Amino acid sequence: MRDFVDMPDARTRHEQGLTLSGISLSRNGTTLLNDITCALPPSGITAVMGPNGAGKSLLLRVAHGLIDADQGLVLWQGDAVTEEARKAQAMVFQKPVLLRRSVEANVDFALKVAGIRHPSLRDALLNRVGLKGRNKQPARLLSGGEQQRLALARALATNPKLLFLDEPTASLDPTSARMIEDILREERDAGTKIVLVTHDVPQARRLADDVLFLTSGQLHCHQDAASFFQTPDSPEAARFLAGHILN
Amino acid sequence: MGDALHLAGQLVLSGDPDLWEIVLLSLRVSLIATLIACIIGLAIGSLLAVSRFRGRSAVLVVINALMGLPPVVVGLIVYLNLSRSGPLGFLGLLYTPTAMIIAQTILITPIIAALSRQILEDLNHEYAEQFRSFGLSRIGQMKALLWDGRFALLTVALAGFGRAVAEVGAVIIVGGNIDHLTRVMTTAIALETSKGDLPLALALGMILLTIALVVNGFVQSVRSTATRAAYA
Repeated sequence: MRDFVDMPDARTRHEQGLTLSGISLSRNGTTLLNDITCALPPSGITAVMGPNGAGKSLLLRVAHGLIDADQGLVLWQGDAVTEEARKAQAMVFQKPVLLRRSVEANVDFALKVAGIRHPSLRDALLNRVGLKGRNKQPARLLSGGEQQRLALARALATNPKLLFLDEPTASLDPTSARMIEDILREERDAGTKIVLVTHDVPQARRLADDVLFLTSGQLHCHQDAASFFQTPDSPEAARFLAGHILN
Repeated sequence: MGDALHLAGQLVLSGDPDLWEIVLLSLRVSLIATLIACIIGLAIGSLLAVSRFRGRSAVLVVINALMGLPPVVVGLIVYLNLSRSGPLGFLGLLYTPTAMIIAQTILITPIIAALSRQILEDLNHEYAEQFRSFGLSRIGQMKALLWDGRFALLTVALAGFGRAVAEVGAVIIVGGNIDHLTRVMTTAIALETSKGDLPLALALGMILLTIALVVNGFVQSVRSTATRAAYA
């Protein structure tokens, strides 16, 4: 599993992707993440899969630097994820956190934080996520799918090199989900590294280039997507794909 | 009582210059005090909302306790500082509207700081991860929270103004209730009632209540509009 991608010190910085090394996290005596080590390639879509409570969202937060692990190291292109480094990353949460402002003000906020002054960029982003002409509407009055698309537009406004998404299409209608998947494919093709938490197996099949599979805070396998869905390395993953309920 | 109310109504409607001088001074003093207290209190409240440091709980306890500052104690402290023999006596501010503004500012700043801290901290619970994801600085977080919490903070400013405009103990000590100089609605009501001049006291009381109703109505209307637009 650890050999799927070479460890980053053998590569140039630009070729290095996201490296998690010995990530462990416990709370109140419960181990939530247990010695997770993997090296994700610098491009493509990595799907993080597993049953509820596997630690997928937590791993995403640790990788993005929102939560400090008790032990271990997170490196992006060979460097630790500092506050400054995080500006080259973005995250879309399962429940979109929108500011109490208009649609366009939400995107403007992200552009301003990223120091980007390009008046037409905001409209281009809103157009891209299907919110053209909704600029002045209060963001929180949008439907769930629209809110998630706005959150994605805001994340893309910072032009991230690394994009984390925590179940972005959970509870969305198929149209919104497909629109988000299309944008993720475009971003991947444009060179953005995407780490996507999902327990939607068909979605992972459609999008993923490689898959991390976790249960109970334990990384069971890291495989390229084709082989994962064909012959998963771990029996837990095989049971999960077969539709069994994992504890 | 009926005659007094009738005379009070006449005073209000006739535009009695003495009465309106008192009303305008009251509004000027309390609005300036509220503005200064908002600048200081919102800065403190937002800083506390986004900061975690050793001793923070103790700071919160102190600020919350200061919300109940007795006005006469504030008046006394300001008096001692501004009196001729006090450290700030050289400024010559005692028995001026400025002294009253200082006293009211001291009185309501903790109210604004404590209430805004609670509102902004609740908001920050919602936004914190997103702000961290953006790599937003502490100042950036404070500014964003203040802007997004602006409609809820209007109520806080209103609470501060209400406390200031209704306050009598501190302003009578540092202002002295001097006619045409430092006489405000509350001190005038206290004086006229003790003199038995009920019409003027009642007229001022009616205006004070009307101001409270109008300001509350305005803030409520703004908040309702904001809530409908999901901005509050």
